[in-house]
Amino acid sequence: MAKFSAKPDELAKIRYAPPETEWMETPVEFREHMFCHAAKPKDLETVEFPNAHEWSSKDEDWKLPANWEQTILQGMKDLLGKYRSFQLFMDICVRCGACADKCHFFIGSGDPKNMPVLRAELLRSVYRGNFTLAGKILRKLAGARELTVSVLKEWWYYFYQCTECRRCSVFCPYGIDTAEITMMGRELTNMIGLQLGWIGGPVANCYMKGNHLGLEPHTIKSSIEFFLDDIESITGIKIEPTFNRKGAEILFVTPSGDLFANPGTYTAMGYLMLFHELGLDYTWSTYASEGGNFGFFTSNEMAKRLNSKIYAEAKRLGVKWVLGGECGHMWRVINQYMDTWNGPADFMEVPKSPITGTVFDNAKSTKMVHIAEFTADLIKHNKLKLDPRRNDHLKVTFHDSCNTSRGMGLLEEPRYVIKSVCSHFYEMPENTIREKTFCCGSGTGLNASENMELRMRGGFPRANAVKYVHERHGVNMLANVCAIDRATLSASMDYWVPGVGVAGVHELVGNALIMKGEKERTQDLRLEPLPGKEGSE
Amino acid sequence: MDPRNLLSEKRPAILNRWFNAVLDTYPADTSAFLKKQKNQFANPVGHTIHQGMEHILEALLQGTDLDRIAPSLDNIIRIRAVQDLTPSQAVGFILSLKKIIREELGSNTREHSASGELPGLEERIDALALMSFDIYIQCREKIYELRANETKRLTYRLLQRANLVCELPDQ
Repeated sequence: MAKFSAKPDELAKIRYAPPETEWMETPVEFREHMFCHAAKPKDLETVEFPNAHEWSSKDEDWKLPANWEQTILQGMKDLLGKYRSFQLFMDICVRCGACADKCHFFIGSGDPKNMPVLRAELLRSVYRGNFTLAGKILRKLAGARELTVSVLKEWWYYFYQCTECRRCSVFCPYGIDTAEITMMGRELTNMIGLQLGWIGGPVANCYMKGNHLGLEPHTIKSSIEFFLDDIESITGIKIEPTFNRKGAEILFVTPSGDLFANPGTYTAMGYLMLFHELGLDYTWSTYASEGGNFGFFTSNEMAKRLNSKIYAEAKRLGVKWVLGGECGHMWRVINQYMDTWNGPADFMEVPKSPITGTVFDNAKSTKMVHIAEFTADLIKHNKLKLDPRRNDHLKVTFHDSCNTSRGMGLLEEPRYVIKSVCSHFYEMPENTIREKTFCCGSGTGLNASENMELRMRGGFPRANAVKYVHERHGVNMLANVCAIDRATLSASMDYWVPGVGVAGVHELVGNALIMKGEKERTQDLRLEPLPGKEGSE
Repeated sequence: MDPRNLLSEKRPAILNRWFNAVLDTYPADTSAFLKKQKNQFANPVGHTIHQGMEHILEALLQGTDLDRIAPSLDNIIRIRAVQDLTPSQAVGFILSLKKIIREELGSNTREHSASGELPGLEERIDALALMSFDIYIQCREKIYELRANETKRLTYRLLQRANLVCELPDQ
């Protein structure tokens, strides 16, 4: 909220018109609740990020390292040389505007600098001014400008107002991946020690402890034991999963958010119940205990380092393949980057479902299968006993996560699973789902709490579509396959569409799953009464 | 002409001017998009504002109970409460309606004032402005509440697990 400082006689002179200056002449104004805190130097130092220092984006002086301009320009030169895509994306945009109104942040905020084309132009203008002949000679006429502190602040503000969701790329006739431009922009700020606390902390924790929160092995184990107690009281079945077990057939890796934050915890209970029922020969790892990869939001090198930990653990344990939980960006990393960084993972076997015999050829190089594919295959082969009536109190819609839909084409499997375990399923409108899905508004490390206003702006287009099915069909549950979605859509629903809950798909599976030897269930995984069982406890 | 009929007749013109006045509070590129894109999912802000204003204006002119206007007002202000607007800008659009109505009535303004219809309408607009203020504050308070709730959601399980908090068993 802007600070209120008008004097009484000024109140009558409110000017509603926005500034008429051109974008280059409109300096960025930092608004409370729109940006995240800075990373702690110790977190950056832990992973050897350069130029770690104490600073705050609220201060005038960001205590930038000496010759920071040269660092950025040299960094830009290196990135242009390293990634052909970056060079292309800097050169080929004709500013047709097809992407302009496709960004959830632009749609929700109305801030023109959230138009993907203009956000990219923030970087492109500096590229032109320093790396193109036309830009060096014609300067502003060619859309070029100098790199100044003011420009840097603009980068900081807007490259951390992009969730790299790639919806704009779907509409670009040239196929420019604007997310990669944001990634370059973020990599550049990282070179001079500017990083978000909400990203820097999880990266350091993941590097040192294996997961974003820094949960140590005994904490992970006891978190899961906590779920087991709940599962036992719901089903009467005692489950005994294994940890760090060498020789298991499958290593299971899920976002650590599923282990500690509601409603993700209910999804984790669903996984445990499903694997127990199948008698799956699998193990959890307390070291590769994070499916997410916040390194992906800092630099290519850091993402690669964190990704390699999963594979190092798979090798150490000697598993045949890796099964991955419900996560978003984890799957973009696996599907689009892992193989270049750390693949092929030839020390493992091509994943094959021990229950159905299905071979997952799509994962033959990465050896990692998404649990929605795995479960859809089980249901297709009639391997699960399900009672969808247990979810009859829920009217469900499905939010496609940006990364699983646009980053790996996982569109049908989650829907197939949901329709098999729920009786009431309603799609949101066509231009808001599948490859055109709207982002939750809080991905790429923007799921901090201090930037809540930004998140609500970015979350509005998605919430607007949920509101439509809520009002039209009475939808009261927003299912998804992403830990960040589970954490952040809860807040978004609370603000925009009260009355709609958020659940992982495997929570719904866990509810419907009829397990051998289970007692008559009266509660769902949230320990709330099942439909028709109210008052029976 | 019956004053009420005249206002009804002018309603589309008033709505159009009012809508444009609000959208002109956004930067030019944004304003053009908000006005042009008609799909309610591609342009939820423009659509929600237009639909809300249409409902508010209709209800105002028909003398509907103000409480029934609240949901439409809420839909608009909920959006503007999280945009780059000052509090006065976020809710001020309601008051701009008075000026637009007077301008649209033109030479008939005096007649409408004398009949008591215009002062009555303007009083109702003032009341809506006060309601807008309440809604705006609720939205802003919600933002803080969300921040607090999220922290609780993130840490509650861990606190439970560490035996730092416990719940009394059901009686």
